This record gives sequence, C-alpha cells and structure tokens, in this order.
Amino acid sequence: MAIIAIRVNKLRSSLTLLGIGVGVFSIIGVMTAMGVLQNAIENGLSGLGTNTFQIQKFPVTFFHDGRSRSRNRKDITLEQGEMFIERMNEAKYIGLESWFGIKQIFHNNDKTNPNISLVGETVQGFPTNNWTIKQGRAFTNQEVDNAASVCVLGNGVVEKLFERGSPIGEIVKIDGNKFRVIGTVEPKGGFLGGNQDNYLAIPLTTAMSLYGKQRSINIMVQTRDQESYNDIIELSTAILRTIRHVPPGAEDDFAIFSNDTLIKQFNDLTFMVKIGTLGIACIALLAAGVGIMNIMLVSVTERTKEIGIRKALGATKINVLMQFLSESVVFSQIGGVIGIIAGSILGNVVALITSAPPILPWNSSVAILSTPFVSLSALGLNIVAIIFCSFIGIVFGVYPAWKAANLDPIESLRYE
Amino acid sequence: MNVINIRNISKTYVMGVEEVHALHDVTVQIDRGEYVAIMGPSGSGKSTLMNMLGCLDTPTSGLYEFNGANVSEMNDNDLARIRNKEIGFVFQTFNLIPRSDALHNVELPLIYGGVNAHERKRLAAEALNHVNLGDRMHHRPNELSGGQRQRVAIARALVTKPSIILADEPTGNLDTKTGDEIMTLFEELHHQGNTIILVTHEEYIAEHAHRIIRLRDGVIEKDENVQKRVIPTVA
Repeated sequence: MAIIAIRVNKLRSSLTLLGIGVGVFSIIGVMTAMGVLQNAIENGLSGLGTNTFQIQKFPVTFFHDGRSRSRNRKDITLEQGEMFIERMNEAKYIGLESWFGIKQIFHNNDKTNPNISLVGETVQGFPTNNWTIKQGRAFTNQEVDNAASVCVLGNGVVEKLFERGSPIGEIVKIDGNKFRVIGTVEPKGGFLGGNQDNYLAIPLTTAMSLYGKQRSINIMVQTRDQESYNDIIELSTAILRTIRHVPPGAEDDFAIFSNDTLIKQFNDLTFMVKIGTLGIACIALLAAGVGIMNIMLVSVTERTKEIGIRKALGATKINVLMQFLSESVVFSQIGGVIGIIAGSILGNVVALITSAPPILPWNSSVAILSTPFVSLSALGLNIVAIIFCSFIGIVFGVYPAWKAANLDPIESLRYE
Repeated sequence: MNVINIRNISKTYVMGVEEVHALHDVTVQIDRGEYVAIMGPSGSGKSTLMNMLGCLDTPTSGLYEFNGANVSEMNDNDLARIRNKEIGFVFQTFNLIPRSDALHNVELPLIYGGVNAHERKRLAAEALNHVNLGDRMHHRPNELSGGQRQRVAIARALVTKPSIILADEPTGNLDTKTGDEIMTLFEELHHQGNTIILVTHEEYIAEHAHRIIRLRDGVIEKDENVQKRVIPTVA
C-alpha cells in the first residue's frame, strides 16, 4: 500500500528520497571510510613489535604542529642511548636506530628508485622493529662495534635488485660506499598505499661515521611481557630524564610512543571527523524530514477523497493515522537503504584505493564508530541508521497522518 | 423489527452568525427488509439525513437508534465500527480506490473489520461473483465500465453482510440501460432480504422502492407506500 503511494509521485518522491539518502550516505560513507583506515592502521601498523615502545626527540603527530614547543629540544645522542642501555636492565631488548634519509641503491648495473630509507641499527633493533630474518643473518655485536660495511635488505630492495639469485654476499653501493649484503628481512607489506619494506639497514655506528654524529637517535624498548609494559615506560622516562638532566617538574624533553598511542592519535583525529560528519548529516536528515512532511501533506490533500472512502467503509482514526505514518516510515527507510548502499560503496572505494581490507555493510566485528558510550560495527551502524530514518519518518509523518485521521468523512467524500 | 428508529432529530449548522436548520424534528422508522427511497430537491436535507443514517454524522438533537443502539451518543470509533459492520455504502461516483484492483476494493471493509487475509479473499471473491464480476477481480477501476464499477461498489457494500445498504444516487452517473441493470441488481438484493435505502431525486428511480419518504426544507413532507412499483427486468 505504502509503496504504491510512493510510486505515484515519482519525481517528488525521488527528490525527497535523495534528501534522506544523502544524509545517510554521508554518515555511512564517512564512517566506513574511516573504519577502513583505522582497520588498516591497526592491522598494518607493525612498525614496532609487540610490547614495544619507542623514545624519540619529537612527538609523532597526525595533525597540528606539535613541534613548536619541542623545537629547541636537544638531540638524543648515541652516548645517551648507550647510557640508557646500561641503566635499563628490566627490558627484553633495547634497540637504537637513526634514519639517514631516502637513498638510491646500486648493484652492478641495476639501481633502485630513490625511495629506499637508509637506517642505522644496533643488533637489538631487529626484534624491536619486528624484523624477522628471511635469508642470511642480522648484524653481530662485533660488526656494530667495528662499524663494519655490511647491510641487511628490506624486501623491497630484494625484489627490485635481486629478482633472480640470492643477494647474500653481493655488494651494493649507496652514495658511493660499498656494503656487503649479509641478510634480508621478511616483508611486512604495504600500509595505506606506502611500502614498509623499502629500507636498507646498516650498523648504526657505520652510518654515523659516514653521515656524521650530529643527529638524534631513537631508542626502542621491548618489555618482557604486557604486565611490565607500563612500569618499564615509567622507569625509562625516569632514566632518560636523569641522563638528559631534566629538572624535576619540567616537561619531558623527549617523546614516547607505541603502536597503541599511534592508533589512539589516529582515532582521536577520525573521531573528530566522525562527530563533525554526524552533526552535519543529522542536520541534513532533519531537512530531509521536513521534505517528507511536505510530501506527506501533499499526499494527504491529494488523497482526501480516498480518506473519506476509507472512513465511510469503517476505517477508524487510528487506521488512517497508521496508514499514513507507515507510508512516511517506509519512505524514510527506503531513503536510508539507498544511503547505506551508496555510503558502503564510497567507504569501500577508499579501501580499494588504500589497498586496506574492506568493511562490508553486514560486518559486525569491526567497530567503525567508537564513542565513550557505545561502539558500533558497520552492521550496527546500518541498523541504527535505519532506526533513525524510521524515527525521522515518524516524527515528520505524525502531523500529516494526524491531519488525515481527523479529516471529516463527509467533507472528504465530497472532495474532488 | 425496526432497524432504524429516528425520533425528532434535528441538525443545525452554524454558518458564520447564521444557524441553518438542515433537518428539523424528523421522525422515521425503517424495518428490516424494507426497500425505501428518500427523495427531495437539493437543499431539502436529504443529504444530511443520508449522512445521519450512514452514521457519518450525528444529530444536534433527537434520538437515532440503529438496531437498538443509540447512535446519537456514539464516539468516532463506535461510529466507524457501525459503518464497517452494519452499513453498506453505494455512491453516485462509485468511490473506488483507483490504484487497487476490484478484489482489493471489495476487501477493504473486511480489512478494517479485522478479518484475516484468507477469509477476506474468499468473501470478497464471493461478493464479486454475486454481482457477476467474478472474471474482473484483478481489474482496476479504470479498466472497468461505469456499470461494472458500480457493481464492484455494490459488492463492496455487500461483503460485510450489513444491516442496511445505503445507496446515494446509484444510477446518477450511468446511462439508462446500465442504470436499469443496477436497479435490477438492487431488486435481487431486496428479494434476498437486504434492507435497501435509496437516496435519489429521480421519481422513476424512487418508484423502484416500496416506500418513498419525501423531504422538503428539512422536514418530512410525505411518507407513503408506492402504489405502482417499477419492477425492472433485464433487457
């Protein structure tokens, strides 16, 4: 019954449906897209191993310039890193590293694109970076102490230069310096369109002697277990404050982050975007609700005669009220479904572009909207969207339906 | 036994500052199985009386008993229930729902009467067969001729087995031949024991009934039995 009424006024109905559809579309689209990105970050953010945190000079931030206050911080030097290792005995591994920019790697007549990160590492930097040796071996302490000219290749370099044959024992050149390949690392795969495997690791000491010592290093700490994690972070803070002579009461002059803090920062950002979208979409839905009210009022007027007939045949006020109310609810729900379909498509196009795993509309395991009160999966959000659309249909359909229900049967029958 | 017992009813409309007496002190009794015509020129109050009889309206004063129940004091829901169960309307303009097929149109009163879907279909089909439209059940009103539409409307009026059939100018929109067919159908319904109230301004149509109630200026001018009834025969 309700569907027939909608079909009669195709253009007007589709315009109103568009209103509801756009509102729901923006909610579902943004939530799914953000969910896809978050999902990708949580799955793909394997820069650090489990129970590992990193200490560095500047905080990592996805948004706003957090560096203004920390611009004058002193470098974390190699000596400070070594002192830290000496004093911190409770950790499982402590790796030191520093990044030396983007390089081009040469091997015989082959070369990579200039997109390979050169990183100086200590021996324990391998487990803290979550690097697993695929072929050959990692550095030895001796090689690090002696600043040996050896290197370990990320999988991106292997794929580019050593498609055939083993790279072990081969000589590669970077900025004119020769390094012997002693090992390769298992690939981690792409992450948000980037590649985590385009790196080449040499001993930190080697890198510093070639490129200079005036730079800040990162200290990566892996704890023995989850339980001691927070204690070790506190202990590390205390040790590093002592080493760097931070006066009591002053702010840390270094930053600590883990995968969790990265994810949290990203989530904070997406949360703001989501809340903003939700707000705007709600306004759009209210506007669409007014559209529904309008189309329902027109419909009531057009069908005055029909209402009169129904009343003459014994329809009560409630019967008529329910008929028009269900029409407006069904109407809003159709708009909602259209919005969900379009929104899910948009969100998963983002998944396609960033090669992240998609979040299908019936997914119920990944939370795409987390608030302090409630977390919703795609399925949950879609159900909420439909319920909300029904609610809009009821709120804005009640007045027209009430008007229909209270039409005088005699007047209505006479209406032409 | 009286199916309709109207005593001293009046209906007054307030139009601006003026009071219009549409009906004034009208008293009528109609027995079960009667075939009555209500006649009168426009403005005579015949539409008002018909609305009153059809429980679409309540009198300003006086008593209206329908099957012994006091209609004058009923609320909207009770009136709707009486209309649904006890009264079968047939209108001049047929008043079918244009988007629904014949079967669904006939089902409509049963829907409001709370009859289940299966029973509804059966009763509606039966009523359509009764008016010889068994083969047109799934046609929409615009696919039917005027006479067929009116027969659908009659089937709709019959389907709840009401106490009275209230027909307002049932032949007004039909040509003479089709009108005669409809009057033949009413004759049959009358023979089957239905109470029929015919509202018309055509003398010829009114003379199909056994009794004619003539209204003028809101009062009953004459209430008499028809001496020479028109007995329709199918051409």
